Amino acid sequence: MAHEASALQLVLSADPALMAIVWLSLMISMAAVALATLIGLPVGAAVALTRFPGREAVIVTLNALMGLPPVVVGLAVYLLLSRSGPLGSWGLLFTPKAMVIAQTILVAPIIAALARQTIEDLWVEYRDELAALNVGPFRRVATLIWDARFSLITVLLAGFGRAAAEVGAIIVVGGNIEGFTRTMTTAIALETSKGDLPLAMGLGIVLITIVILVNALAWTARRAGERFAG
Amino acid sequence: MQTRRTLIALAAAALLAGIPAVSAQDKSIVVSSTTSTQDSGLFGHILPLFKAKTGIDVKVVSQGTGQALDTGRRGDADVVFVHAKSQEEKFVADGFGVKHFPVMYNDFVLIGPKSDPAGAKGKDIVAGLKAIKAKSAPFISRGDRSGTHAAELSLWKIAAIDVAGSDKGPWYKEIGQGMGVALNTASASNSYVLADRGTWLSFKNRGDLAIVVEGDNKLFNQYGVILVNPAKHPHVKKDFGQAFIEWLTSAEGQKAIADYKIGGQQLFFANASVPGA
Repeated sequence: MAHEASALQLVLSADPALMAIVWLSLMISMAAVALATLIGLPVGAAVALTRFPGREAVIVTLNALMGLPPVVVGLAVYLLLSRSGPLGSWGLLFTPKAMVIAQTILVAPIIAALARQTIEDLWVEYRDELAALNVGPFRRVATLIWDARFSLITVLLAGFGRAAAEVGAIIVVGGNIEGFTRTMTTAIALETSKGDLPLAMGLGIVLITIVILVNALAWTARRAGERFAG
Repeated sequence: MQTRRTLIALAAAALLAGIPAVSAQDKSIVVSSTTSTQDSGLFGHILPLFKAKTGIDVKVVSQGTGQALDTGRRGDADVVFVHAKSQEEKFVADGFGVKHFPVMYNDFVLIGPKSDPAGAKGKDIVAGLKAIKAKSAPFISRGDRSGTHAAELSLWKIAAIDVAGSDKGPWYKEIGQGMGVALNTASASNSYVLADRGTWLSFKNRGDLAIVVEGDNKLFNQYGVILVNPAKHPHVKKDFGQAFIEWLTSAEGQKAIADYKIGGQQLFFANASVPGA
């Protein structure tokens, strides 16, 4: 990106470097949310619907992990993926995949904790009905997740918000390499350190706008889905 | 429900696949370097020239010199390009680097408020630092083990001021951050700060700051480049890394460095051919 260009000019001219950064940011955060959903949703549902010793402790832990400090997660993933670390031979450090891994770790507890709450609330409502139908546990989970699907979209959006906004983890594991691992948030951090505060702020506004657009899309989809589902 | 789960899994796989993949055959190297080379825009100027010549992509991770060397030590970079000669020599002596090549130098400048409350202007750097200490004028230190931080500490030492011990005080603030953040902090608090000239020239949020001391030969700042030792880290792309080092120290690379200017001012002075640099 040219130093002299303002963020507005960059957006209006569809600056290819900026577009690549926006695209990478979206891809990484969305991939992280998808993977975190695969992990977090079953965990959340399992904790919501089963009773086992230490369950309360698991719930408190899940809730607390929603506040995992990104820079600590970044450092842990860094040490894991570093060539001198246990997974060094994978050669993933300073790549977008490393960034997805770090963000998945940040987002999965959010999805698990919020899905647990959502499904448990619905379970209280459905308990007698499902018990009367005498359905097996898998069916039960499936029914609850399906019926909670619109609320779960909000859960996914909370996870996406976390991923899209965070810089502490991805700057450590991605390295903020121009054209390769530079995202909106790491670009903002870089422009701030160069003292180009107007460009940094402009990029910030672009990021917020994109997050609003994603949320608007999800909302529209949800409304359309609700109408379709009657 | 099953289909939905499958769809999510497929979407996740597709997303991961859509992200640029890396393979061992990638014609690229990772260079861990300092914030000064990146923030000053030097890499933005010379790397496209190197890529055009060799087709090798250089991925720059910019960190403080201490961290950049650590990245090399861990084997996470192919080449390190930093400025703290004693640390670089130790890096090579410890077997983490193959050989140290001098590339270029720039210089440090003492930055401070235009009003110059310590009266450091016009002095040499040692007298300037003494004046700051005498007035307990606010000073921002990088405090991040970077090359600039190391240079700052050695200058305090020459001035016989013990910033870590007896002369410590609220006037001396270690922020533990990069050059740009240190300049932002100094700008917001009207403090003195030691900066490399390149970052200062390209820095935009100057506020009331200006150069107070410059040109003293104690402010000389040598950059060197080292290939991470493939004997220690076998995955190091030694051919591409070596090609980068050779280009940087060749007549062509040296000219590219010397040609980089901001507002007509040359930032880095190529000196690969100067013995003992």
